[in-house]
Amino acid sequence: MSRILKKELLAPGIKRFELDAPDVARKARPGQFVVLRIHERGERIPLTIADTRPEDGVVVIVFLEVGKTTRELGELEAGQEIMDFIGPLGRPSEIENFGTAVCVAGGVGTPEIYPVARALKQAGNRVIAIIGFRSQALVTMETEMRSVSDELIVTTDDGSYGRKGFVTDALNELLARGEKPGRVFAVGPVIMMKMVAECTRAAGVPTVASLNPIMVDATGMCGVCRCTVGGEMKLACVDGPEFDAHQVDFDELLTRLKVYLPEEKRALEHWQEGHGTCRCAGKEAGNG
Amino acid sequence: MAKPAPTRTPMREQDPGVRARNFDEVPHGYSPEEAAAEAQRCLRCKKPTCVNGCPVEVDIPGFIGAIAEGRLWDAMTVMKRTNVLPAICGRVCPQETQCEGECVLAKKMEPVAIGNLERFIADWEAEQNECVMCEKLPPTGRKVAVIGAGPAGLTVAGDCLKFGHEVTVFEALHAPGGVLVYGIPEFRLPKSIVEREVNFIRDTGAKLVTNFVVGMTRTIAELLEDFDAVFVGTGAGRPWFMELPGENALGIYSANEYLTRSNLMKAYLFPEYDTPIVRGKRVATIGGGNVAMDSARTALRLGAEESIIVYRRSRQEMPAREAEIHHAEQEGIRFEFLTNPVRYVANKQGWVEALECLRMELGEPDASGRRRPVPVKGSEFRIPVDTVVVAIGNSPNPLIPQTTPGLEVSKRGTIVVDPATGRTSKKGVFAGGDIVTGAATVILAMGAGRIAANSIDEYLKTGNWQDPTGSQ
Repeated sequence: MSRILKKELLAPGIKRFELDAPDVARKARPGQFVVLRIHERGERIPLTIADTRPEDGVVVIVFLEVGKTTRELGELEAGQEIMDFIGPLGRPSEIENFGTAVCVAGGVGTPEIYPVARALKQAGNRVIAIIGFRSQALVTMETEMRSVSDELIVTTDDGSYGRKGFVTDALNELLARGEKPGRVFAVGPVIMMKMVAECTRAAGVPTVASLNPIMVDATGMCGVCRCTVGGEMKLACVDGPEFDAHQVDFDELLTRLKVYLPEEKRALEHWQEGHGTCRCAGKEAGNG
Repeated sequence: MAKPAPTRTPMREQDPGVRARNFDEVPHGYSPEEAAAEAQRCLRCKKPTCVNGCPVEVDIPGFIGAIAEGRLWDAMTVMKRTNVLPAICGRVCPQETQCEGECVLAKKMEPVAIGNLERFIADWEAEQNECVMCEKLPPTGRKVAVIGAGPAGLTVAGDCLKFGHEVTVFEALHAPGGVLVYGIPEFRLPKSIVEREVNFIRDTGAKLVTNFVVGMTRTIAELLEDFDAVFVGTGAGRPWFMELPGENALGIYSANEYLTRSNLMKAYLFPEYDTPIVRGKRVATIGGGNVAMDSARTALRLGAEESIIVYRRSRQEMPAREAEIHHAEQEGIRFEFLTNPVRYVANKQGWVEALECLRMELGEPDASGRRRPVPVKGSEFRIPVDTVVVAIGNSPNPLIPQTTPGLEVSKRGTIVVDPATGRTSKKGVFAGGDIVTGAATVILAMGAGRIAANSIDEYLKTGNWQDPTGSQ
């Protein structure tokens, strides 16, 4: 059980929870994730750890409400509990002094890259962060990111805030002006990470992407998170989630993320139909 | 004593046509009368050979004799002296190669149905309002951490509690039981039975901590600061794939994933439960072990019109238990023997649509003594499918070996132990079960747990630690 200590709405559909999870908080490193299950009938979903305060036993998660589980999660309030909260999982980000490090994040990837950027800054890097959003209303974590970056570039797809365009436009400009980052970190939608990898491949800049495949146990047991990296099968949960972005088969990852689209739609509809009624009392699971 | 009946008392089962479409348990169990009749077939040998066949040395003539005489509480007391998981063992142990294989009757007729009787006595106790508690020695004040709440870990927990030690069991998943809850399906081992036997261990005094991934949430070195001994029973975690082209197509599962979704996450009840699973119409399962049978039979219950087992050798080489193969055949599973997949064919949307295979023939015996399958040239053919389950085994879970300096690991990734004691290369750390042997059976894991528990007790009493892997 993990109690929600604090709940915040960062932007429409994007929520931030502070959770009481001392065991996770004590061990978590940047780049690691947790798995959570809201209740007895819930599914297990992975979420990147957005921050920790080990001294208070606090773990921060930020999530975008997309499907049934994230929407149900978003309805929980401070004081309520999440049934299962497991972590930290995955290998931590490789943090060292790369000289200049560029952190590229899209959407809800921004809160996820924040602890990485902070650790890079503490390790002595000159940190350039590029964070991109669809529009101004969705801009999150700008102040926090600015505090750990030597340079922060905000982009919006529609130009309603910061620079108009995609994060890759800003990244290309950086490379064009002669920046020679020792490492680029990309966290965000698969298509964004794929485009970042294409940008830096030509420039020969080492780049890691934090992959977000479907997971179940997330301890190496089920194999659903298998990804092709450099022609080899890797499990994102125990071998990753960060991999050499130039070696990742992003198209395969995009396809594999679609496997349950019909079921995800059905689960959401089923939940919305039953919404407003008490789901805990007297509702027996049908056994066919 | 009257001459025993030549055949055992049959156990009633659900009709194959009905059960292939539900997740309810297949056999119904014995009535007390049936159990007594079967128990009376036991000769109660003075030197019972059956016990030699049992990895945890259950006093088999003792508990069967008590059933024969109608002393059911006594039967259960005898049982729990050596086995705290009888309802589970009665269902999933391969008795035909263990206790029943050693039964003296087996030379001339059907052996005593020891497994059925074990299951009976455990289920009978569960129907009563009280239960036999284990006798515990006075508290020693020593603390044992058990990592993994599967068959090996639960056995160590039960035994160490009896020795008077304090026991905390750490489980990575949200429910205790290990393979008993994520792997073995409801129709073969109802989860309520696992829960009952886990609760018994909790009631005996074990502290159970779920959602705790040792290696990540805490390391073994950190656990050793708070515990006097650590037992690692983390199982055979990482699934093997065929490593064939197209294996990451949609609709292709490892058996671990397929069974975990269905069993642990209850995907067969989707959308009442949130975890989805592909309900394939034509499902191929690759492999010939018990896990392959479980997967293929699960596919039927999820609505498959055809569920096919693809195995590269022939029926007689299949490692699955005869009873499981028989059940699968009864339910209409199709077997493609002497067939080896060579690649997966996917459609434009990325979904698997066929399994391309080669026919095999049996050549000379290989290292395992089984005749080696050799491909028949030019025999390629395709099995149209929409779902594939790869059930060809697992390698050990890497998390603990990776995060525990000083713990010796084999090339295969298994933890190296002294088989006589379960001691690893790291002081105070013991291991047993699939993490040591590679994928094996529930009862062998329990046997390893028994050995380790005795050795833990000795270590905690004497403090002596010899390097089991060194030359001494």
